[in-house]
Parts: sequence; C-alpha cells; structure tokens
Amino acid sequence: MINKVVNNAQEAIAGMTDGMTLMLGGFGLCGIPENCINEIVKQGITGLTCISNNAGVDDFGIGLMLRKRQVKKMIASYVGENAEFERQLLSGELDVELIPQGTLATRCLAAGYGMPAIFTPAGVGTEVAEGKEVRNFGGKDYLMEMAFEADFAIVKAWRGDTAGNLIYRRTARNFNPIMAMAGKITIAEVEELVEVGELDPDHIHTPGIYVHRIFRGTDYEKRIEQRTVRAN
Amino acid sequence: MLDKNGIAKRIAKEIKDGYYVNLGIGIPTLVANYIPDDISVVLQSENGLLGMGPFPYEGEEDPDLINAGKQTITMLPGSAVFDSAMSFGMIRAQKVDLTILGAMEVSEYGDIANWKIPGKLVKGMGGAMDLVASAKNIIVAMQQVNRAGESKLLPACTLPLTGVRCIRKVVTEMAVFEVDAENGGFCLLERAPGVSVDEIRNATAGRFSTRGDVPEMQL
Repeated sequence: MINKVVNNAQEAIAGMTDGMTLMLGGFGLCGIPENCINEIVKQGITGLTCISNNAGVDDFGIGLMLRKRQVKKMIASYVGENAEFERQLLSGELDVELIPQGTLATRCLAAGYGMPAIFTPAGVGTEVAEGKEVRNFGGKDYLMEMAFEADFAIVKAWRGDTAGNLIYRRTARNFNPIMAMAGKITIAEVEELVEVGELDPDHIHTPGIYVHRIFRGTDYEKRIEQRTVRAN
Repeated sequence: MLDKNGIAKRIAKEIKDGYYVNLGIGIPTLVANYIPDDISVVLQSENGLLGMGPFPYEGEEDPDLINAGKQTITMLPGSAVFDSAMSFGMIRAQKVDLTILGAMEVSEYGDIANWKIPGKLVKGMGGAMDLVASAKNIIVAMQQVNRAGESKLLPACTLPLTGVRCIRKVVTEMAVFEVDAENGGFCLLERAPGVSVDEIRNATAGRFSTRGDVPEMQL
C-alpha cells in the first residue's frame, strides 16, 4: 500500500501559498480540521478563497483565519454565528458568496465524481440564480451549478490508516467525505491513525485514493457550539 | 393567541404515522416535543442524520453529534448517519414527507423569504433554499406580525426570496392558512382560541378569504 503519512499539520500543508482555494470540512464547529486551521493561521498564508459550509465562530475554526484577514473570499451557506465575519462582510472587506447548502455539498460531490456541473432546483427565482443557466426538465426549472475546483481539500476524520482510508464518526461526517474527494491535494487529519489492514474495508467512508496526505492530529478541542441538554 | 409552543403543538397535528420529517431552526424545532407517542416518525437533520432523538442528559453531550442548528442531540435506535450530499439527495428526491420551517415573510402566492435583510443581517440560506425548492409538503411556522406590528403575510415579499410559489400552509399564533398559489391569497382554515376572523383579517396584508364558518383550532 502507498504510504500517505506526514508527521504533522506543518508538513501536511506544504506547498500551500497565498491566493489558493481551500475546501474545509465540518458543519459549524463539528468535524473541522482544527490542526490544519491552526497551522494556516500560524503561517499567515493569505488571500485565500475558502469553501466551507460555515465560517466558524469569532475565536475558533475559520473565524481564526478571518480575524487575521487571511481570507479574501468565503463561499458558504450559513454564517450566522460569526460577528467578525458579518462585520467584514457589511464593510466590504470580505468577498462572500452565499449558496444553498445542498448546492454546496453537491458541487463538491460533482468534483469528486468527475462531473463538470449539476442541475438543482435550489435558488430558482431568487438572487442565487442571477447569471446562471436555467434548464427545464419535466416542467420544472433547474439551475446549472459548476463543480468546485480547490487547490487543497482539508478534512477531519475519526480514524484513518496509513494508506489514507478514512472513517468518520457521527455527524462529524457532514461535508468531510465529499470534500475529501474534491481537492487537487487532499489532506486528512485524524484522531486515530492505524496501520493498513486494521480498518474493515466494508466500513471505509473515503477510499484512500482520494487522500494525498494524512496525519494524526493533536490536542483536539472539539468545541461545542450550542450545548443543549434535557432535564434529568 | 398562541405562544411558540402552541404553534408547535398545532403543527404537530399535521404529522402522520410513518412520516420522515425535517424540522427547521426555531419554532419548528419545538414541534418534536408534541409528536404523539402512538405514531412512528423519523426526524431528519440535514447535516446528515435520520433518527434524531432528544437533547442529551447533562454530561452525555457528544461534540460529534449535533443537529442542523448546531445543538447537541442524541440518536434513536435505527438511526443512520450520512454525508451532506446524500442528505440533500434525499430531500431533492422527495423522500422527506414533511418540512417545517420558519419565515420572515410569506406572499399570497406562496413565495417565502427567510435568509437575508439587505444591509442589516446576513446569515445565509443554509439548507432552506434546497428544502423549499424540492419538498412536496412544507408548513411555515411564523409570527403573524413583526415587532413593528406589520403583517408578515404579504401580497408580495419585500425581502430577498428563498423560494418561489412553494408554501402551501402557514401556521401563526393567530391562525392556520392555506395558500392559493394559483389565484393568490391566504385562505383562513382555523382560528387560534379566542381570536376572531376580523382580528386575523386585520393582521393579514395579503389577499384574505374564508370558506364558511372558520373553526377554532383543536389543540
């Protein structure tokens, strides 16, 4: 098996330069690649276009990159939790493209499946449709949306092996498997890194062919955004 | 006049045995508390879960297990986890029987606006645009009027649209309406306890109609 292992986030993001387009997995703060985000912040890479469902919160996740003005453009579906984001957006400092969540997910999927575009009814008749081709199938209108192109896709998995095969846990799966398929270079950071043969092939969510670099992350905070409990 | 829980309680009556249901953020989330025990319903969370259970007990929160509102949740026996593309695949393919979501405005033709107030508030559409474009059965849970006392049931939406001609039913603190997407108009189906037809008419800016006597809601 091909060994994809690198030692840490610093080695994983080697070759990432100013102005690149990144995909970052996660939904809210759930299943985000914490180690790589911290390393990108540390290295101060700037002028980035980030494709991610959300933009983190002010002091965690992609919010850390926003605070250091490393992001030139954000492509996301929901950004309601981030005051600094909203400030940069309303002041015009940050270029933002808001797109429907299913469109975001399926444009990743298309990239990983080698298809140039998808047709979706989401956004027909709204400002999301402006400038896009509309096609009618069976009496219903659909927007043509293009597959994403990303220089790097950065995902977080629960377990992975040295060949890059990945398994996600619970709803931390979210955008991670589809973004893992969509990067020109895909980096996976995992909580547990095992030898080949230790993962059941039937249980693999992302086949290692999609993953170029893998490492075991450290010091995961796994912050909870909305802690909700019921009475005992 | 109903409170938020009252709206949720009324909407829960629309849920039938065997339904797969997607609940939006806000009042729709409360609907889960009023689903009768004697029916089987599976809740979908669009980040990638079928079989969403109640909030966890304190100390049992799992950061890897959240709903679309980023709240910690639990899974029920028989749950399935999947990625976000499959999640919207099942929504687009109309496998979800009922979608309940909130709105800032609804028009008399069933247009909905719920994601942006230009220059003031930009949260994003999340999964709402996908849901309203594909779901066959959508109920909007909303307040009849905004904080300024102006009706949110309008001849035409003033805010950027989320979807066009997609809403058929609206439940507010005052009433249940059916939306006539063909001819345009809010047809009053039920009144909240103690609320008159005239009060509801006065709080409805879009075209308004009734069919015979309008019954009071049974909660």
